[in-house]
Amino acid sequence: MATQHSRSAARLMMAPAVILLLGWMLVPLTMTVYFSFKKYLPLRGGDLGWVGFDNYVRFVTSSAFWPSVMTTLIIVGGVLAITVILGIGLAILLNQPMWGQGMVRILVIAPFFVMPTVSALVWKNMFMDPNYGLLAHLWEFFGATPVEWLSQASLTSIVIIVSWQWLPFATLILLTAIQSLDSEQLEAAEMDGAPASKRFAFITLPHLGRAITVVILIQTIFLLSIFAEIFVTTGGAFGTKTLTYLIFQRVLESQNVGLGSAGGVYAIILANIVAIFLMRIVGKNLDA
Amino acid sequence: MARNVTNQRKIINTTAAWAVGLLIFFPILWTILTSFKTEAQAIADPPIFLGFDWTIENYKAVLERSNYGRFLWNSIIIAGGSTILGIIIAVPAAWSMAFVPSKRTKDILLWMLSTKMLPAVGVLYPIYLLCIRFGILDSKIALVFILMLINLPIIVWMLYTYFKEIPGEILEAARMDGASLKDEVLYVLTPMAIPGIASTMLLNVILAWNEAFWTLNLTAAKAAPLTAFIASYSSPEGLFYAKLSAASTMAIAPILILGWFSQKQLVSGLTFGAVK
Amino acid sequence: MFLKNSLYAATALSLFTAGGAAADTITIATVNNGDMIRMQGYTDDFTAKTGHEVEWVTLEENVLRQRVTTDISTKGGAFDIMTIGMYETPIWGANDWLVPLNDLSAEYDVDDILPAMADGLSHDGTLYAAPFYGESSMIMYRKDLMEKAGMEMPKAPTWEFIKEAAAGMTDRDNDINGICLRGKAGWGEGGAFITAMSNSFGARWFDEDWNAQFDTEAWANTLNFYKDMMDESGPAGYAANGFNENLSLFQQGKCGMWIDATVAASFVTNADDSTVADKVGFALAPDTGLGKRSNWLWAWALAIPAGTQNEAAAKEFIEWATSKDYIELVAAKEGWANVPPGARTSLYENPEYQKVPFAQMTLDSILSADPKNSTVEPSPYVGIQFAAIPEFAGIATEVSQEFSAAYAGQQTVEEALAKAQEITNEAMEAAGYR
Repeated sequence: MATQHSRSAARLMMAPAVILLLGWMLVPLTMTVYFSFKKYLPLRGGDLGWVGFDNYVRFVTSSAFWPSVMTTLIIVGGVLAITVILGIGLAILLNQPMWGQGMVRILVIAPFFVMPTVSALVWKNMFMDPNYGLLAHLWEFFGATPVEWLSQASLTSIVIIVSWQWLPFATLILLTAIQSLDSEQLEAAEMDGAPASKRFAFITLPHLGRAITVVILIQTIFLLSIFAEIFVTTGGAFGTKTLTYLIFQRVLESQNVGLGSAGGVYAIILANIVAIFLMRIVGKNLDA
Repeated sequence: MARNVTNQRKIINTTAAWAVGLLIFFPILWTILTSFKTEAQAIADPPIFLGFDWTIENYKAVLERSNYGRFLWNSIIIAGGSTILGIIIAVPAAWSMAFVPSKRTKDILLWMLSTKMLPAVGVLYPIYLLCIRFGILDSKIALVFILMLINLPIIVWMLYTYFKEIPGEILEAARMDGASLKDEVLYVLTPMAIPGIASTMLLNVILAWNEAFWTLNLTAAKAAPLTAFIASYSSPEGLFYAKLSAASTMAIAPILILGWFSQKQLVSGLTFGAVK
Repeated sequence: MFLKNSLYAATALSLFTAGGAAADTITIATVNNGDMIRMQGYTDDFTAKTGHEVEWVTLEENVLRQRVTTDISTKGGAFDIMTIGMYETPIWGANDWLVPLNDLSAEYDVDDILPAMADGLSHDGTLYAAPFYGESSMIMYRKDLMEKAGMEMPKAPTWEFIKEAAAGMTDRDNDINGICLRGKAGWGEGGAFITAMSNSFGARWFDEDWNAQFDTEAWANTLNFYKDMMDESGPAGYAANGFNENLSLFQQGKCGMWIDATVAASFVTNADDSTVADKVGFALAPDTGLGKRSNWLWAWALAIPAGTQNEAAAKEFIEWATSKDYIELVAAKEGWANVPPGARTSLYENPEYQKVPFAQMTLDSILSADPKNSTVEPSPYVGIQFAAIPEFAGIATEVSQEFSAAYAGQQTVEEALAKAQEITNEAMEAAGYR
């Protein structure tokens, strides 16, 4: 259908975005790879020469490496599970006839507008603090010993905070998908005596497949690089050091740019593994 | 009888939905409430919900200490600028991907998304050095540009999925009538795409407003937006919950209000092709 | 034509006036501590005296460190003055990253700076940063609770006494914890505290060949003692408490004792913020009889990055902010208890200041700290709660994260120490020490 003319025009229109992103990817990437083969210590005078693969070996053999990969996957997986499951529930609930639907929707999407730094600060100080936090008061009210959230249930706490931020996004996308569901189909099934659980499993859930894929895809991209939530709440202590945080520690706290850059290259590899994995699902589900 | 049942169900739905909605909103509400308390009341045990002496002292203190207006202005320019620039670049790209797809379109899209997965902190030094080289450290231009690049993949993706929903027949009809490519984009597509573009812009403004790594690390005094403003209240000496709440409220209020007023637009376009 | 000419004239005129007044705008990066925020409030006084404008970049401590370190090591030039501490100054000075402060005016009276502070902010005898305020650490305790427990605080107690007193003062039903100490990860938070404490237990970070010493009994004793005492008498969640968390706990009357920075004395005795203002006593930081006490030495100081365009104006600012006049200005407006402490000898000779209840104890604590000779056994590094080498901040942050995990019960003290040993040796090897 498309003529040769429109094809070349299309390429021309795509060019700025592609070239810019290519530059944005290649320039830092080249520099990261370059630094990763260097002994580069800003506090010791900067560039101290080539070291081959030393930084790469050192980064993976450090005792912090594998735990940080695990932590990353746990946080990403945990938040995805919570936001998708609760998101589906909320989307179904919000799709029911009710009074003040618009207002409820406003309440539900609000966390999405809050800066990650602010939400981490609010949760840490005003909710999870074991002495002054609201959750501590709540626990005390029921006669329980307050939980020391950020030190004793640190990963759970971070998953809670991040899920709170991303639940609105998941809910919104899933809600739009549910609204597009043919209600006649559901009513017909109801007439036929199909119980709610069956109707959900055989009609609603398959219909949501695509939306769930989108939620997982977009959120994974953002979740792999979460940083502020950890920096503000635990500073990487109590087993909350993600790969991103470990790189931060190498580059900024230890001021070892070479080592951190090698970590950056590993993070890129991890991201690409996840991306390929996602592409597989997306490819199947998003045949546009 | 049937009517009765629906009403009953509606009441249950409403109650449940409002309960969940308020629960989700509660942390924000609590922050806003706390911002009107004194520091002592902010940590009172048991906590006080409404029966405190409302005060605007915290806001006064924050305004006295920080040049809020400048932080706000920088946030607006950076978020707005990067969004506009991003849209200008993304619309043609998404348009061509949606209407003149090739075999590699999907690969390009996914590749674009994968550039978002680079850990920012890994490239802080290279980018910092580049900014020094070009003399754009602590400038809004640098941030407008960088945030545009960070969010460009999302914008392209979102616009692409939106454009794809526009039926191709309309274009063909326009072409039959002898419309040029320019006319096609300007008079046929754009009007249909406006809701999608609006929604994309909103999402991008939110993302840019809340970006806290580059905005903090590439600025000093001149270009610092609200993320830097918050960093000066996060843990000072002594009691600070009330002042922190006031500063937090001031940092999120503009975007919260914008989001609420435009939530219909945001929702209508925020599908990422999830609905077919 | 006329318009063009007059425009030129106007431009020339405005250039001239600007040049005539030599007014510059300087950008200052600082930490959001109380004394610095107070200083911001007095900026107008500086502008009135010199004509220079000041742009403040006020950041939380962790963000500030990250920000200024990036900028100085890349020679970014984003700031004309940076607020840094005793750890950074000698390292950066040695790299020639800072402007030497060896030509300050006579009326500034550089010799009035407390020698301990001037030493810590110098490299090879050259001063590279001027102390805005200095601190050591000491015990702050509740006199009423001490009395209630039937004990009396000596002027220089031992750790054994502190542990006993903490247990005696603890009253869980009334939400009173015998002792509040830092446990938060971070080299400048819990890391600083435990390192200073370990000195009094005979521990050190490195032996003379830069081998990590966490496999020694002295370190095990330090950590076990700390954890036992805090589990028994400390507040909930102490593993995440830093200076600020403990300050609010103490101000709210939830701590019997608190061993921390001497600057906190003015916050806990300030009746506006503290519910226990009139009940606080002070004592020297504890020891174990091995000859070293567990108090540290620190200063927040102002330094000028080399290469700044506004060096002259920046120097004027430093002379203003760390001068005797500034202290007088704050004293006149807010009382002597609120002046920045620990920087100048003359302050402690001032009879007005001697009336402040914590003045003498602060001075005694500062004078008893010796960064060049901080450990019982010999060590190759300078510094009390840190070792003044570039690698320390990174290593100590990771080590203190392991310690905090042990405090929170996620691992045993032995595991934490074993990991600390590994982390430290690994990093020292990477840096080429071993």
